[in-house]
Amino acid sequence: MSNVEDAKQSAMNSPLELAPDSWAPGNGPDPLIQHNGGRIGASVSRVDGGPKVRGAAPFAAEFALDDMVYAALVFSTIAKGRIATLDTTVAEAAPGVVLVMTHRNAPRMRPMPLFGTSEKAAGADSLPIMQDDRVRWNGQAVAVVLAETREQADHAASMIRVTYETEPATTSFEQAKANGTETAHLFGHDVHIEIGDAEAALAAAHVSVDATYRTPYQNHNAIEPHATTVAWHSDELVMHDASQLVGHQAWSLAHIFGIEEEQVRVTAPYVGGAFGGKGLWSHQVLAAAAAKLADRPVRLALSREGVYRLVGGRARTEQRVAIGAGADGRFDAIIHTGTAVSGRDKAAPEAFAFPTQSSYAAGSFQIDVQLAYQDMVTNTTMRAPGEAVGSFAIESAVDEVAVALGMDPIELRIRNEPDNDPITGRPFSSRHLVEAWRAGAERFGWAKRNPTPGTVRDGEWLVGMGCAAATHLYVRQPGGAARITLTSDGNVTVDVAAHDAGMGTATAQGQVIAERLGLEPEQVSFRFADSRMPGLVAALGSSQTVTVGAAVAAAQRVLVAELLKLVGHDSPLAGLTTEQVGVLDGGLAKLDEPARHESYTSILAGAGRDEIAVEASAPPPVEMMNWSMHSYGAMFCEVRVNGVTGETRVSRFLGSMDCGRVLNPKTATSQFRGGIIMGLGLALTEQTHFDERKGRIMNPSLAEYHLPVHMDVPEIDVIWTGIPDPHTPMGARGIGELSITGTGAAIANAIFNATGKRIRDLPITPDKLM
Amino acid sequence: MVTKDFSIRINGTAVGPPADPRVSLLDLLRETLQLHGTKKGCDQGACGACTVLADGERIVSCLALAVQYVGRNVVTIEGLAGDDELHPLQRAFIEHDGFQCGYCTPGQICSAVGMAAEARRGVPSHVTPDLTVGEVELTHDELRERMSGNLCRCGAHNGIVAAIAETCAGERK
Repeated sequence: MSNVEDAKQSAMNSPLELAPDSWAPGNGPDPLIQHNGGRIGASVSRVDGGPKVRGAAPFAAEFALDDMVYAALVFSTIAKGRIATLDTTVAEAAPGVVLVMTHRNAPRMRPMPLFGTSEKAAGADSLPIMQDDRVRWNGQAVAVVLAETREQADHAASMIRVTYETEPATTSFEQAKANGTETAHLFGHDVHIEIGDAEAALAAAHVSVDATYRTPYQNHNAIEPHATTVAWHSDELVMHDASQLVGHQAWSLAHIFGIEEEQVRVTAPYVGGAFGGKGLWSHQVLAAAAAKLADRPVRLALSREGVYRLVGGRARTEQRVAIGAGADGRFDAIIHTGTAVSGRDKAAPEAFAFPTQSSYAAGSFQIDVQLAYQDMVTNTTMRAPGEAVGSFAIESAVDEVAVALGMDPIELRIRNEPDNDPITGRPFSSRHLVEAWRAGAERFGWAKRNPTPGTVRDGEWLVGMGCAAATHLYVRQPGGAARITLTSDGNVTVDVAAHDAGMGTATAQGQVIAERLGLEPEQVSFRFADSRMPGLVAALGSSQTVTVGAAVAAAQRVLVAELLKLVGHDSPLAGLTTEQVGVLDGGLAKLDEPARHESYTSILAGAGRDEIAVEASAPPPVEMMNWSMHSYGAMFCEVRVNGVTGETRVSRFLGSMDCGRVLNPKTATSQFRGGIIMGLGLALTEQTHFDERKGRIMNPSLAEYHLPVHMDVPEIDVIWTGIPDPHTPMGARGIGELSITGTGAAIANAIFNATGKRIRDLPITPDKLM
Repeated sequence: MVTKDFSIRINGTAVGPPADPRVSLLDLLRETLQLHGTKKGCDQGACGACTVLADGERIVSCLALAVQYVGRNVVTIEGLAGDDELHPLQRAFIEHDGFQCGYCTPGQICSAVGMAAEARRGVPSHVTPDLTVGEVELTHDELRERMSGNLCRCGAHNGIVAAIAETCAGERK
């Protein structure tokens, strides 16, 4: 298991009455939670803003190496079979071509270690990469051309001729289901839960809804296409990559090429959006292999089409949600079952029932996620995997119950608010969703909503309001570690192999580190995204902030202990223990006697030291075993649907979040808006079209895959409860994925309120509303 | 004897055209000149990440062959601020958090500069109510409509629009 998976698994497996939350000393809340008015919670602009707006921030395809060659790829055009003929002679003779790599001459490599199968495994799949003549999906790379220029490489790739012997492939959902499905396995368990007899309770319920919801294939479409610049220095591999898991990736590449982990270095200083899609895929392996074969550095920048061919997205789902409720609105039964498409031999099931497992109290539950295998590029995590599309289904269904009962949908949700986790029985670490609902309803003007569908009209536009709950699991990864280097000028550098693909990691951590060490933010340098740094911290599961935060807290404790060893006999701190001191104004002070203070610079000077460096690992994420931990949100939407064309415009949106303490309101707001806007695309426009006859993606392009554009995005309002979670570092929980959950349903529910039409099949395009 | 100048002026510097006529303006910038501020998001004119200013007009440099720009003045994100450290729009993007990952950002900024000039010239858009008024006021809808060719996946749209609205309003006063 990877560390994320591992952490989640241990959270699912362990009994309640285990260890106390052990990441903080004395097992109390993080003392930083009590620091108000400091750096934490300040609305600070991004620390990397200058380089980004000047275009001076180096992304993966922008490392220029001497003697570097350019790679171009040829993609298979069948879904399954073998390469019959492969003619590379014309391409090899073309101007500027250095070599053509195919399965005939590629270096021998192990398959990628599948993410989740060991601590550091990073592979999106574990299929052989250019090791045989087999074709396993439509779009698989079958040849790599290296040439002196990009134009020469692209041209030569166009002259490679491939013929195939095709074999029957499973490329339709219906066929895949008919072949037989398997129960999804997540966090060490089959995704199958039964509590009571939900079918019987449903049948006996006062009201019931029972419907099928469908969500399509989607792609991440980070604006930076995947790219990598690689070089071998004898038997050491350096890769500058667009990656959200450099530590995992370095180990995995070492495994693939049969070298030691220390012989691989992966960096990702700037990543142009990731969203779950920038893990280890075949193109990085191919680039490294080709560089080895040519003995020259290689830049492999995928075309936009190449991203669709080689990097999977979100899987298609078909979900049944059935809810039975009493006349008072209390749920007697919740059933959330269905099937998600899956590539073969892959790591990330689209476990859509996840939000249902913690959102509502009910008398009985039936939860089941089946996987149907298709021959296609393997699907992967995409922002809030499971929860983004699962929340569309469950939160639409709850709205349908409210309609059936004639009850306000917010009041219905609050009536079914669980006291404890409805599946595990664990207490919630901190759940203030009801406050979020109340505050959001007030701010949005929910009371003005006309509950009768299709009755509010503005010219040819039908206007409606909808709402839905958001939820996302709290995760802290067990691999968190940090190195703090304090220099005699009083500045610190903190190194963690974490990532910032736009989330604001460096900015928020700089604030936290300054507060944790009693420094000004200008005195803090946070370095990240280099596999040679401490920590195994993937940018997954909205978990980086607390993972890094706990690691820095651990390193800070070691630093204090080391500094106390250095203080002189005449120091105000002489004789004090780590328990007696805290940080204050660029130094240490006795907790109950702050006048006994010595600055870091004074301590180091007194000891004759230029610097002191410490490294520490965070304790395991025991808090996840003890509590049911999630971030929450109450999402509000107003839509205008054109009565003639069926066009939907989102005119207002509010996210009222309950996500623990917000460390930086400015960057957090951007994260929330970003998730909501991706949810707007999920609801209304986004779909990867998959040809079920040939297994080929038909719209591998930003012209035909419709992302929300400026004109589609209204001013988005975001508020939060701001209540710190007493069981997490800094009182914070994850926020990166939270706001895409619930958004799809809020929009669909608003469309129902506007038009009276219940659309259960995403995206809600105009044809479905005409 | 008359010699013809075959150079492209890029941020004020004369640059020779590429020997290979297939080279796009975008690839000339990124691969030959190491001006990486202009980004490649799709290489087919669909995302706007590669937007630069050619004689003051915004173009997608991925759909422009470099040799077509001989004798033209091209300004990229690296040349936008001139001698100043940052262009006012660049400062506004930081202040309003008009980006997250920063990859679409140079294109958004260059596009906004060209867009504001179009509005001043009276170039109408799909949402312009009156085609005869001359200079177009950059309302919220005008601004969003005119910037819709620049995609952002992180969802920084609100910040981008706020930054442009603030800066362009400032220019008009």
